[in-house]
Amino acid sequence: MRVVIDEEKCCGYAACISVAERVFAIDADNIAVPLIEHPEGELADQARAAAEACPTDAILILDEGA
Amino acid sequence: MREIVVAGASVAGVGVADELRRLGYDGRLILLNAEPHPPYDRPPLSKGLLTGKTSADRVALRAPGHYADAGVDLRTGVAATRLSPGPELALTTGEVLRPDAVVIATGSRARRLDRTPGAVPTLRDLDDALWLRERLDGGARLVVIGGGFVGGEVAASARGLGLDVTMIEAAPLPLAGLVGTEAARALLRPHRDAGVRVLCGVPVTGVERSRDGTERVTLADGRTVTGDLVVAGLGAVPNTEWLAGSGLDIADGVVCDATGATALPGVYAAGDAAAWPDPRTGRHVRHEHWTRAREQAKAVAARVLGAAPPAPGPAYFWSDQYGRRIQSLGDTARADTVQVVHGRLGSDAWVALYARDGRLTGAVGYNAAAPLMRHRAAVAEGAPLPHTCAPLAS
Repeated sequence: MRVVIDEEKCCGYAACISVAERVFAIDADNIAVPLIEHPEGELADQARAAAEACPTDAILILDEGA
Repeated sequence: MREIVVAGASVAGVGVADELRRLGYDGRLILLNAEPHPPYDRPPLSKGLLTGKTSADRVALRAPGHYADAGVDLRTGVAATRLSPGPELALTTGEVLRPDAVVIATGSRARRLDRTPGAVPTLRDLDDALWLRERLDGGARLVVIGGGFVGGEVAASARGLGLDVTMIEAAPLPLAGLVGTEAARALLRPHRDAGVRVLCGVPVTGVERSRDGTERVTLADGRTVTGDLVVAGLGAVPNTEWLAGSGLDIADGVVCDATGATALPGVYAAGDAAAWPDPRTGRHVRHEHWTRAREQAKAVAARVLGAAPPAPGPAYFWSDQYGRRIQSLGDTARADTVQVVHGRLGSDAWVALYARDGRLTGAVGYNAAAPLMRHRAAVAEGAPLPHTCAPLAS
């Protein structure tokens, strides 16, 4: 899995932090940044939950391989 | 299950339709959209749309081709007019539908304040926002009636555009009932710092529009405020009148169980029009929050299809004012203790935790999104106070 932030969409609500604070941070420009680009296991579940929770749908979860 | 009708293309209604498909429902799916516009998102209406930062074509909830791609029969400009047991649904087109399930997602509308002549403009729909945006020009005097979040955002947006702004609040302090006196004072300060004239503790007794277009607002203490434009932000009322005689239990919203099922078989409700029981108190509460509508949409879709509904998170909403963001988690209104854990009230960034009977019920953050959000799990589980959030391992 790969986590990508759409910086055009991200408004810095930090909803991602609320469910996946080990996967995301908010930078000085108030934009989310992935701390882990390829989360695995429990962190991958948290990243998916963060994508669901994002009010602006700014988190893209790319499933790599099959 | 062969046919499901979602009445209302709000964030809840569109969410229900999408989630039904995501869960594998492949029957007929009709989405009634009473408004003339494709389904849109409301949060930007009182924020970026007013200031011009967000254009009208950026507020759509989904890309134009989404509904056809997802097999959703989106009926724009069509509303339900009557619901009967069955369920049976009559539409404004004269058509009568007999689906297997109906999800009520008709949302809410702005509470109206009468004036002479007509009603005071409000901000709820896209058309309201477009109307207001055209009139927010730098030289105008704006009177905002109501110091809640919509009123606060309109005042902030207008002040940012250079308007002369007066905000009138009937209560002694805006938002005090929601966040407590000290935090409410801290939230009011940016308005005063920005040069907004704030009049508190004085209900409006009348609004009159003179022939030259000037608006005259009369207050209970006899004062009058004159402006070129007046907007009311006095909260919202659920769109449930059309359900009279349906057999549904309607209080403040359609009374539902914890998964959105109503008293009528095959009828469900989500979003602003629905009153779901609070998991902690059991009281039926009507939420008007974007994230709650989205969560309820997912839960209802699961319930309709007989799947397990996801557990709801704490209530959450945000407000953007003067380039600062106010965010709220959980229930802050009934707290007996407030603890500031980041910054201090009145400073440029702070977080306050709210507790009742020693347990965390909510939190408010000002310009402190990440520090606030670290407390979400603790709010959700009702952690005991004093609560310390473990520092992040980095």
